[in-house]
Amino acid sequence: MADGLRSLRLERDLRIMEVCGTHTTEFFRSGVRDVFPEGLSLIDGPGCPVCVTPNDYLDRAIEIARVHGVTVATFGDMVKVPSSYSSLAREKSTGMRLEVVYSPLDALEFAAVNQDVQVMFLSVGFETTAPTEAVAVRRARERNILNFSILCGNKLTPPAVKALLDAGETRIDGFILPGHVSAIIGVEPWRFVAESYHKPCVVAGFESYDLITSTINLVRMIGEQRNVVENGYARVVRDGGNPKAREIMYDVFEECEAHWRGIGVIPGSGLALRDGYAGFDAARRFPVDPPAPRQHPGCRCGDLLRGLIIPTGCGLFGTACTPENAVGPCMVSSEGPCSAYYKYGGM
Amino acid sequence: MADRILSGHGSGGKLMNEMIGGLIRRVLGPESVQLDDSAVLSVGAGKIAFTTDTFTITPIEFPGGTIGSLAVNGTVNDLAVMGARPLYLSCALILEEGLETAVLERILISMRGAADRAGVSIVTGDTKVVERGKADKIFINTAGIGILERAVQRRPIVPGDAVIISGFIGDHGIAIMALRNDLSFSRGLVSDCAPMNRLVDKVLAAFPESVKFMRDPTRGGVASVLNEIVQGMDFGIGLAETSLPLRDEVKGVSGMLGIDPLYAANEGKVLMVVRGEEAGGIVDLMRSHPEGKDAAVIGTVSDTYPGRAYLETPTGGRRILPLLIEEQLPRIC
Amino acid sequence: MCLAIPMTVKSIEGTRALAEAYGVEKYVDIAMTPDVVVGDKVIIHAGFVIEKLDPESAREIEAAWDEYHRVMNDDGAAGRRNGA
Repeated sequence: MADGLRSLRLERDLRIMEVCGTHTTEFFRSGVRDVFPEGLSLIDGPGCPVCVTPNDYLDRAIEIARVHGVTVATFGDMVKVPSSYSSLAREKSTGMRLEVVYSPLDALEFAAVNQDVQVMFLSVGFETTAPTEAVAVRRARERNILNFSILCGNKLTPPAVKALLDAGETRIDGFILPGHVSAIIGVEPWRFVAESYHKPCVVAGFESYDLITSTINLVRMIGEQRNVVENGYARVVRDGGNPKAREIMYDVFEECEAHWRGIGVIPGSGLALRDGYAGFDAARRFPVDPPAPRQHPGCRCGDLLRGLIIPTGCGLFGTACTPENAVGPCMVSSEGPCSAYYKYGGM
Repeated sequence: MADRILSGHGSGGKLMNEMIGGLIRRVLGPESVQLDDSAVLSVGAGKIAFTTDTFTITPIEFPGGTIGSLAVNGTVNDLAVMGARPLYLSCALILEEGLETAVLERILISMRGAADRAGVSIVTGDTKVVERGKADKIFINTAGIGILERAVQRRPIVPGDAVIISGFIGDHGIAIMALRNDLSFSRGLVSDCAPMNRLVDKVLAAFPESVKFMRDPTRGGVASVLNEIVQGMDFGIGLAETSLPLRDEVKGVSGMLGIDPLYAANEGKVLMVVRGEEAGGIVDLMRSHPEGKDAAVIGTVSDTYPGRAYLETPTGGRRILPLLIEEQLPRIC
Repeated sequence: MCLAIPMTVKSIEGTRALAEAYGVEKYVDIAMTPDVVVGDKVIIHAGFVIEKLDPESAREIEAAWDEYHRVMNDDGAAGRRNGA
C-alpha cells in the first residue's frame, strides 16, 4: 500500500493542502510523508484551531483572569501558546488559577463543585468541538450553574478554505479535507471547492491506511481532472453529517465574522453565543480593556497558514522560535505545522 | 533560560536540561548534578554510588503503589543502573499540616514493603511539617548508597548494538494520567513501580561483558533516555514501532488523551544497550525473572541517522523521536 | 483539528454512555447521538460521541489493514493508533 504511494508517477509537480492540523501531524507521525512520490508536496492549511486564533483572544482571556480573578479552564492545547505579552503557562506561574480539562463538561463540573469561583472556559475549536461546548452551555443553564461562562473563539472551516481560494496567493491542486469536522457538517458544505473552484477533494480519516489511500485517490483525481468531493472516511462521515450536533450548535451559537491569524476577518466564519445564552458569555460578563495586541515582526505564522510558505521558510524557525520558547502558535500547538516540522522534520 | 520557573522545568525535557546546565551547574559547579543517575565516589579502597531524588505526585496513592514505594524504588533503581548494589537509604518527609495519619501509615507500610523487596535498609531520616497549602499532602526525599562490587567500565556503543526494555512501556505515567482524567479500567492498568536491582544483578552476573548502558526510563520516558544516548554521537537509534511492548490500556489512554507512551514515565523498568550478539540471550534471561517477564529487544544502534532517535513505522516510514520539550498535557487536537 | 478515537458502547444511562476501548472505560456524553445503542462502535471527541462508526465500512477497513499487515508480515499491534 505504501509502495502504491511511493511509486506513483506524477505528470507534473503537485501541491495538495491538508486543511486539518491533525492530518499535518499524522502525516509525519505515521511516516507516510516519508513515502511520498517525487514532486508531491503537502501544503499545511489553516486547520489548527490554536494556530488560527489571533493573539487578542488569549490577551483578553488573560486580562479577564487578572482583573476579575476568574479560574481559567482550558483544553491542554492552549496552555503554552504565546499571547502578546504572556501565556497561560506563564500566568499560572504567577498565580492565575488554571484548570486543564479533557472535556468542556469537566470544566462545567469543576464550576459545579467550586461554586465560590468564577470558571471561564476557553471555547476554541472547529465544528467538531463547538457542539461539545454548546452542550456545556445548555447544561449550565439547565442546572443553573451561574459561575460558569465561556470565552467564544470558535471557528468554521469552509469559509476559511473559501477565503484562501479567493485570495489565490498560492497554487493548490487539491484538498485533503478534515474527517472529524466533516463528521459534523457532512460533505455538502465542501462541494463549492470542487464545483466552483475546480479542485478535487477527499475527506480523509486519520489512520496510515486512510492517509495513504486518500492521497493516492486525490492524486489520481487531479490527474483525471475529476473535480468532485470524495468521501474517503465513510465509516464515520455521513453525506449529511450529524444534524443533531448542528442543531445543538446553532441553538447556542450563531455565525459571526471572525478574525483568523494571517488571513484576517472572514465573514460568517466564527461562532458567538446567541442572546438567549448571553449570561454565559465571559466577554460580556467580564468587561476588560486588554492592551493592544502585538506580534513579533518576523513571525510568519500568518503566511504559513495561508499556504504561502512551509515552516522552514520562516527566518525565525528553529532559531528565535523553538517549541520551548515559541514566538508564534504554529511552533507550540501540538498540531502546529512548525512544531511538526521542528520535531519530525529532521529525518 | 526563562525568567520564572515553569512546571515544564520539572518534566525531564529540554527545559530541565537548560535549568541544570544554565543555572544549577553554573552556580554549584559541574559536579553538582550528575548526568548519570548517581555519583560514583572512592571510599578507602572501594567505590560507592551515591544518589538522591525527591518525589511529588498526585495522587499520592495509586494502583500499583504509593509515593512511598515510588521513593524507595526510584532511588534503588538509580543505584542499580549504575551497576551498584543498593544498601542504605535515607528518608526525609515533608508533611502538609492536616494529612491523615492513616494515610501516612499506609505510605510508610508501602515504603517498608518496597525496601524489603529490594533488600535495602532505611537507616536515617527527617520529618518536617509545613502549613496547610505550603505542600501538597506529602513530599518525600530519599538518598541512597550502593556499593560498586564489579568494575564498571564504560564500553563504547557501536552500530549493531541492541536496545532492550525489561517490560511494558509507559505503565506508570499513563496510569497516573488516566487517574487524573477520570478514566477507569476494566483490566487493571497499574503503575509498574518496582525495584530493578535483582534483575540488573542477574543480567550483569551472566553477561558481564555485554551491557554497555543502563538507565531507568522514569520522567521523560524511553524516548528521552534514547535522546540522551545519541546526542552528539556518530550513531543513531531506531526503534521498530511494531516491536514495542505496549499494554492495550496504555494504547487506549494514550490515544484518548493525545499523549505518547514513549514519553511517559516508567518506575519499574530498565533500558539497556547491549552487544547485538547477546541481546537474545539477555532478553531470555530477563524473561525468566518476574520483573523482566515481558522484556523485548525494541531497537538497534545504527549509523544511518547519527545523533537521532527515531521510530520505524509500519508504513515503512520513519519519524524522529525528538527530545521532549515540556510536560505532556491532555489535548483534543 | 480534532483528536477522536473509536470506542464501543457498553451501557447507557440517560445522556451518558459507558464506552470502552483497549480495556479502558470512560463515561461519554451522547447528546449529539441520542440513538446509540449498547454494542455500537462510536467516535469520541472531547468526552462526547460525535458519530457512530458504520460497522460495514469499518469491517472493510479492518480487512484492508489485516491484509496490509499480513503482507508486511507483522501483526501491526503497535501501529494501530486509531483516529487522531
